[in-house]
Amino acid sequence: MKPRIATAWLGGCSGCHMSFLDLDERLIELADKIELVYSPIADIKEFPENVDVALVEGAITNNENEELAHIIRKNSRLVVAFGDCATTGNVTAMRNPFKVEDIQKRAYIELADKNPRIPDEYINIAQLLKIAKPLHEIIKVDVWLHGCPPTADQIWFAVTELLEGRIPVLPPVYLRYG
Amino acid sequence: MSVITFTINGEQYSAKEGDTILQVARDNNIPIPTLCYLEGLSTLGACRLCLVEIEGTPKLLPACTTKPTEGMVVKTDTDKLKRYRKMIVELLASEGNHQCAVCVMNGHCELQDLAYEVGLDHVRFPYLFPKKSLDATHKDFVMDRNRCVLCTRCVRVCHEVEAAHVWDIAGRGIDCEIIADLNQPWGTSPSCTSCGKCVNVCPTGALFEKGATIGEMEKERGFIKFIVNARKKHEWVRVAEEDE
Repeated sequence: MKPRIATAWLGGCSGCHMSFLDLDERLIELADKIELVYSPIADIKEFPENVDVALVEGAITNNENEELAHIIRKNSRLVVAFGDCATTGNVTAMRNPFKVEDIQKRAYIELADKNPRIPDEYINIAQLLKIAKPLHEIIKVDVWLHGCPPTADQIWFAVTELLEGRIPVLPPVYLRYG
Repeated sequence: MSVITFTINGEQYSAKEGDTILQVARDNNIPIPTLCYLEGLSTLGACRLCLVEIEGTPKLLPACTTKPTEGMVVKTDTDKLKRYRKMIVELLASEGNHQCAVCVMNGHCELQDLAYEVGLDHVRFPYLFPKKSLDATHKDFVMDRNRCVLCTRCVRVCHEVEAAHVWDIAGRGIDCEIIADLNQPWGTSPSCTSCGKCVNVCPTGALFEKGATIGEMEKERGFIKFIVNARKKHEWVRVAEEDE
């Protein structure tokens, strides 16, 4: 049976997933080796059970992220913090020194082109947590992939190591923030 | 001048009187990480990254301020030291707001280099995300306290080399921050000569030139040693730099 791989997009810009797509022709090779069971680039609604490796992009910035993070941990053998936001909070956490109300006022009222309104109970969107946190402050993380975004080569190195059944120990060349 | 013989990591080395352990190590290509240390400025022993083990002493001592004595046995790369150095970088990372991805110094930052040197794959301490200020009132430069690691290189270079003493530290403990003159906007400082020395010695993106964007800021630090040598030893030509 092929390894069951999931990728998730939490509080990030999707840049890490873009970099994943930068694997280019290596994606074809990868597609033969794995079963992609959950991903923002696949139309799957629920995070499945019995996942071998989950690559998780983004910080935990809202209640939806937090709930999904716990499901990912429960259902996955290995969890990879995928990129700087998942590892440090990075850009997503730059809001942290400010109050949630002030951020919402800025985003939804002051910068609104029309119909300024802070989302309330009638609009079903996720609620911002008080601060955004890196993934390992919420759930246990097994592997960290840095970079904003991690390079395609770095992702390839980590993924191939994982598929070989090894926990990737990143060589110094791939230890790179920003 | 008397010569002191001592060992570093099992090898014998000799030091001139007045040399520090760090100077001898650097002269002999023994790597010891540093952050607050900068050749040409006074030594402080503040960042604790250059801590070394000395036989017979229960305490770890900073290599930048400790002078070798005859027969001293120094170790620079034990597991204990590596563990502590990593912890120091983790604490520095968690106490500031260091977003490499959007920093002017991305790729040229000494804190980044240290993180790689100690193998920092993630920070085990909770990030504090402190609320810090940014001062862009100076016509040429910006002070972003989010990225400051309080190494005080700016304070020392301004006092010791430029002799203006614009910068100093206010507050206590985790609330410490670098202030200009009497804690006023940098642009209103009557003592600042706009020489830019503080900007160039700063190891991170806390001090940078206006107009620099992500990853664009590069700093020149060798000139401090040159100025100090010129003053103290009357060496007017910058020879040493090219020889190295």
